[in-house]
Amino acid sequence: MFKDMMPSFELLMPSDLGNAVQLAKQQGEGGWILAGGNDSLDWFKDRNKRPVAIIDLAGIDSLKGIRETPDYLEIGALTTLTEIENNPVINEKYKLLADAAAKVASPQIRNTGTLGGNICQDTRCWYYRSGVDCYRAGGDTCYADTPEGMNREHCLFGADRCVAVSPSDTAPALVALDATMVVVNSEGEKTYKAEEFFVGPDVEITRMTVLKNGDILTAVRLPAAWAGATFYFEKVADRNSWDFPLVNVAAAMKLNGDIVEDIRIASSGIQCIPRRLTVVEEVVRGNPRNEDTAKLAGKSASRGATPLNFNHFKIPLLENLVTRAIRDA
Amino acid sequence: MSGKKPTKDIVLNSGSDAAGTDIATEILAGINRFGASRRDFIKGIIATGASVSAGFMLYGCSQESPQGQQAANAPATPAPGGVERLVSINVNGEVRRVDVLPNETLAMTLRYKLGLTGTKLGCDRGECGACTVLIDDVAVYSCTTLTHTVRKRNVLTIEGLVGPDGALHPVQQAFVDELGPQCGFCTPGQVMSTVALLKVNPKPTREEARRALSGNLCRCGAYDNYLNSVMRASAGGQA
Repeated sequence: MFKDMMPSFELLMPSDLGNAVQLAKQQGEGGWILAGGNDSLDWFKDRNKRPVAIIDLAGIDSLKGIRETPDYLEIGALTTLTEIENNPVINEKYKLLADAAAKVASPQIRNTGTLGGNICQDTRCWYYRSGVDCYRAGGDTCYADTPEGMNREHCLFGADRCVAVSPSDTAPALVALDATMVVVNSEGEKTYKAEEFFVGPDVEITRMTVLKNGDILTAVRLPAAWAGATFYFEKVADRNSWDFPLVNVAAAMKLNGDIVEDIRIASSGIQCIPRRLTVVEEVVRGNPRNEDTAKLAGKSASRGATPLNFNHFKIPLLENLVTRAIRDA
Repeated sequence: MSGKKPTKDIVLNSGSDAAGTDIATEILAGINRFGASRRDFIKGIIATGASVSAGFMLYGCSQESPQGQQAANAPATPAPGGVERLVSINVNGEVRRVDVLPNETLAMTLRYKLGLTGTKLGCDRGECGACTVLIDDVAVYSCTTLTHTVRKRNVLTIEGLVGPDGALHPVQQAFVDELGPQCGFCTPGQVMSTVALLKVNPKPTREEARRALSGNLCRCGAYDNYLNSVMRASAGGQA
């Protein structure tokens, strides 16, 4: 069997971050930052993204590994999902992220797939990925949000011309953990809270994150404030391996006896960004953790949802996942 | 390489693609004349065909290169920070010198440049696992790995498992004993995933084995047989 080649591109393999930033600036729109490559190479093979030059970050050691400081745990953007799944510190203090990383795709993809790549990956909307001229691709149509559009996997919330969803399992875990993203470009370093890092179509329709050409995500910081909290992660997908979530839920709770003193909870698969479920948080915060609270929390999770033709099932799915997160964490 | 010679002859002799029967005759003649094994012979055919089509593809790619540069005929000195074309990679304990394009995947290099056709290409999208190889003892999809990124690392393919005396690797033997494969196309990938698992977890539970092999599709659905094979391999021959 003979398989197709990718179109040609220049491959740049910088060995330090400064060099990578400089190359990213030089290449501008034609540049493409490559981490694990699991999603990127698919785009190139399908010829739906045609970068001139690939900037492969794999040779930059400072982007790998996990460092602990008094205020936060810093995870390099190039740290693989397998490393995160197996890291003792993350398992002890931020098990939510280890659980989420363990649910991503397949073992081989987790072995090369990175945390940075997992949260920066593009959406799975197949209309967009098949190369049609949709809003997200810079056109003026949405093919999914039409009477005959196949939109079973699309969004419940925050539609604005585009109805694509965030496909990441680790992203909601990072929102729930109140993580901070470190972004570097030629002008210096800037940090974003997880909720600012992900952007919806109302803000910027052709991107999923704040990252613009020339920006490189270098690390994710998990604040000590949420270390050792009570966590819950669950993912529902059509297949148990490889597949992206239909809906997932990531919750972090601080309990005082029975009372939920503080909570952060987020879901992917229901909006273009990992959606922080603030209504659920308000319902639960200060209340005892019991069946009633959990049920009420579940019901409140879908408030404001506007389902498309084929994704009504995501409403009870989301409600049940949230109920379980509060009850079973 | 007894397989190579007849291949060359056929390509030269066949001339026009339309002469299908001639090719068939030549193929048969080739086998008889040179006594090549069927496997070697077919591999030779594939390699020749691939290099011809690959050449065509690369030509096409360079034509449509966004900057209009002739990437296929790239200059010997790459751009600053760019990669050199002629590289050494360590495959199955041997350092191999090979000319690698920037946009070439490891699966491509292994199969079409190094003749290691045991690594299969199923989907070419990281969605099936047939191309699984080990890089520094970790299972990865070679179809979603750029060859340039493995230059300083050790690649192990299914061919590298065989013992010096030609004996099957214990995992391969267990797969045979348990009748693991059905059609066999996904088997090299399943074996490599198993080898990777047993390197870090020599005595996995069935559930752990199931998870470790969850990145390898089997369209025959022989999953249970494969798991039996893993359990036999991990028990050192006793299922």
